[in-house]
Parts: sequence; structure tokens; C-alpha cells
Amino acid sequence: MSAAVEETFGGAGRQPFALTAAGIWRNGLLAAGTWFLAAALTYGLPDVIVWGATDAFAAVMLAGAGVFLTLSVTVHRLGGLGRTLVHYGPWFVVLGLWLAAWEVLTAKLGWLPKPFFSPPQGLLHVYVTDWERLLICVAYTGRLWGLGFFSGILVGFAAGVALGWSKRFAYWGMPLLKLIGPVPASAWIPCTFFIFPTTFHASIFLVALASGIPVAILTAAGVGQVNRSFYDVARTLGADNRFLVLKVAIPASLPNVFVGLFMGLYYSFAVLVVAEMLGAKFGLGWYLQFNTAYSAYANVYAALIVMALICAGLVRLLFLVRDRLLGWQKGIL
Amino acid sequence: MSLAIAESPVSRSIALDVEAVSHRYELDGKELQVLDGVSLSIAPGEFVALLGPSGCGKSTLLRLAAGLETPTAGSVREDGRPITAPDPDRILVFQDATLFPWRTVRANVATGLEARGLLRAQAHRIDEVLRLVKLEGFAEFFPHQLSGGMAQRAALARALVNDPKLLLLDEPFGKLDSLTRLRMQNELLDLWKSAGFTALLVTHDVEEALLLADRVIVLSDRPASIVAEVRVDQPHPRRRDDATLVALRRSLLEKLGISHDV
Repeated sequence: MSAAVEETFGGAGRQPFALTAAGIWRNGLLAAGTWFLAAALTYGLPDVIVWGATDAFAAVMLAGAGVFLTLSVTVHRLGGLGRTLVHYGPWFVVLGLWLAAWEVLTAKLGWLPKPFFSPPQGLLHVYVTDWERLLICVAYTGRLWGLGFFSGILVGFAAGVALGWSKRFAYWGMPLLKLIGPVPASAWIPCTFFIFPTTFHASIFLVALASGIPVAILTAAGVGQVNRSFYDVARTLGADNRFLVLKVAIPASLPNVFVGLFMGLYYSFAVLVVAEMLGAKFGLGWYLQFNTAYSAYANVYAALIVMALICAGLVRLLFLVRDRLLGWQKGIL
Repeated sequence: MSLAIAESPVSRSIALDVEAVSHRYELDGKELQVLDGVSLSIAPGEFVALLGPSGCGKSTLLRLAAGLETPTAGSVREDGRPITAPDPDRILVFQDATLFPWRTVRANVATGLEARGLLRAQAHRIDEVLRLVKLEGFAEFFPHQLSGGMAQRAALARALVNDPKLLLLDEPFGKLDSLTRLRMQNELLDLWKSAGFTALLVTHDVEEALLLADRVIVLSDRPASIVAEVRVDQPHPRRRDDATLVALRRSLLEKLGISHDV
């Protein structure tokens, strides 16, 4: 047993192909077991309070168990996708256990009570009944976030290059940036109401500010740190200032810029709730506030999970862009 | 190879005149004099080596000749015109290859052409130069994938593609292992002969100076001034155990303040 546990929890790194000789994916089998356990507990034990989609959740878990059971013998035929699945095998096993424990502690024992906690079927119920509204919220938030984030990083990047390149710009700009940087987004709300024609513009500004400031600071630092000899070399080769900025300073500071982009991405998500306080009719941030006000915490959790998944997806996307642009760094880092 | 295209070597090199140059740096509020009344004339196509203790100001002289700085006093002139700004006719090769790490070898070599807007017209020269420094198989490599010698060759190619009339070399082989260094010295000599540029090499390696240069100039400790000048008339290729060179080496070492027992 302990050997099996060791293989499940400590084995992913050392054994990328945790397949036995017979071609059975052991972790897939274990995941099927834990998911089936969750399904059985959900279906078999009575709920202390009535929740929405108990049977539906049991069905989902059962289906999951079936999928893992099938995968445990077929995963090695799936190539790259199969390798990824095998890599995350231990996670699937634990996920089943975690869902089972969550189910028991909330719906079956009531130790984590309503309305502060919700069993998994409560969240599932939200997705099943409120998916249309959630989808609209995702679209609204996507529009706000997209406009805010991209305008923010664009301005932040340009300001950062200017701050890092020009001493005069840095003299006036750096103290301002250091003052503005730590001001919380909500403190801007009174000003933004006055400055911007609509609350939507004000919201965009808040998201842009949150994402732009880390980009500006890190870009400025990156441009300032560029090895002086690179400039000397480029100048002796006939480079003008334009070339020095575009072809030397900017590429040399890109690793820093990406650190700023990652920070800006996280901050921009954190500020969404505040930004959607400003008279928004839809949006994930708005959805969170609205349902918090009504103590509909299941809806809050459901929306939080959607937000977290979107953020994680965007981070992954940004990693892909970075690896593509900074391939030359391999071996340096 | 085909670098000297239909042009005579003389027009492809320049004379460098350094006249009574003194130079000071400001460092933490203190003035640091690095050059003190240095005068020297280098004929077109000549290969001159500057020899001196480390930190004596040799590199500063190169930076002045490259036009990266202007001297505090005195003048530096190319073919009689004062040098005030960098120009691709005068190219500096550093001790570190200082290749741009985000550019492939080909893009690094192309930098000078690209900066001057000549890339389209002269792109073929990149392959020529890469062949010349034996890096034709490494054009798409990134600098971190190169060995020290290859990186320094790439840096040379990046300079040569601009057809420099004056090549300023700041201890270019200082960080290479001794075998690579010997090979690179010969390659540099071949390039100099075929391309015909004027070369000014800074080094603290007496043998390197004697093997390569027409003339070796010995500088004093900081602030640097010229303490000796030795003409080397031996034809190339030179052997390091040649009796004349051995004698010259001994006298140069003595001028650098190192006894003849070394």
C-alpha cells in the first residue's frame, strides 16, 4: 500500500509514464476509484439540507469515474495529450478525494453550514440554472478587461521605455510613478467620476492603471539596466538613437517587461471587482458583489472559479507568448 | 577572400593621428587622469599594437579613436579630420564579444548594415563574412550557443561586414583559451592582409603584440604615456621562437618593468 501511495503522490516527476507492464495507468484507475467514491457518497447518503443538483453532481462524478476507467487502459494511445494526463494523474486522484470530503463536510454532515459554504452540487446548480447570466458576465468582463489591460500595458510600456531612456523624463516621471503606484484602485473612484464621461470609461481607467503601473516600473528598470557596451557596440556600427531604443534597449529589457506583464495581469484581475462597482450592469465582479449582498455564496464561489480559470488561462497564454519572444534566453536563465 | 573588391588597399584604410591627447574621468567626485600627452601616428594599413599594464588607459585610447568619447585635451584625427562621433568606418571589437543575445549570429552580423539602411542592398555580404570567419554553419545560432572563440569570431564578422577602414581591437582574445587564441591570431592576421584595414590592437600579451604588429608601442602605468616604440620588421608568418622576436620580447618586458629572468 505504501508503495502505491509513494507512486501516486511522489511519482509524477520521476515516472512520467506511470504505466505498468500490462499498459494500465495506475493513477487513472485510482482516480476512477476516488471519483466513484465521491459519486457513491453523494448519491447514497442523505442531504442534511436540500441543495439543488445532488443527483446531477453524483452523475457528473460517476461519468468522471467512467472516463478515468476508460483512460486507464487507453491513455498510452493518446500521444501528447496522454502524456499530459499521466503527468496530472496524482492531481485527478486527489481531486476525487477532495470533492468527496467537501461533499461529506457540507451536504452530508452540515459541519460547514449554509449559507457560508456550499457543497459541490450547490455550485453545479448555479452553473446549470444561471449559466446564461454567467456567460453574459464573462463577456462584459472580457470587454472591460481587454480594453483596460491592453490600453494599460501599452501606455505603461511606452512610459517605461521613456522613463528608462531619458534622464529628464525619469526626473519628473519616476517620483510621480512611485507616488501613484501604491494608491489603491478604489481611492481613484471620486476623481474618475469627475474626469471620465461615463462610468464604463472610469472602469477601464482603473483596470488600465492596475495593469499599466507594474509594466511601467519594470520596463523602466529593464531599460535602465541594459549593458552599456551594447549601446557602444551599436553606436560604432552606425546606429542612431531610434535604432538604440527600438533594436537595443527594448529587446534587452523584454525579460523585465514580461515580469511586469505577469504582475499587471494579476493586478488587473484583482481590481475588476472594484472597477465593476462603478455602475456596471453585468460582469463577473458585479456578479460577485450582487450575490454577496444577497448572501448567495454558492453563486459567489461559482463565479470565483470561473474567474480563476480565466485568469489561469490568460497566464498560460502569456507564458506561451513569452517563450516565443524570449527563446534566446534559454541557457542564460 | 572577396573582401577587397576592385579597390586598392590604400583607399580601404585610414591614417590615425593622435596628437598630445590627455584624458580625464570624473569618478566619485575625484578626477582620474588616464592619458597624459599621448602622441602617435599610424599609417594607412599599418598594424600597431599598444602594450601596457592593465588599467593603464589603453582602452580609453581606443574609445577616443572610435569616437565614443572626445579627449579632454589634444586631438584625435582620421586622415586629418578630427574624430567627433562614432562611425562604421572605425569599429571597436571588445574583449567580451558583446554579441546581442537576442539576435542570431546572422542578425548580429547584420546589425551595422541594418542600422545604416544597407541591409537590402548588401545582404549577400553577411554570408561572405560568415564564411570568412568560418561561421557559415552557425548563422541561425543564438550567442549563448556559441563557444568563446566562435563568439569572438562572430564579433569580428559583425565588424568586418561594414568594411571598416580602421579596426580597433581591445584585447579581443584576452578571454580565450591559449589554443583558440593562437588560431584566432592567425585568422586576424589573414583578415588584415586580405582586407587591408588599419589595425590598432590593445593587448597586455607581449608575444601577441610581437607576432601580429608592425609596430609595438609601450605605454606606462596610469596616466599612460608612451615609454617605448619598437618596430617589428620580421615577415609573416612569424615564429615565436625566432631569435629576433625573443630578443625583442626580452627588451619589451624590461620596458614594462619585468626583469629578464621571466
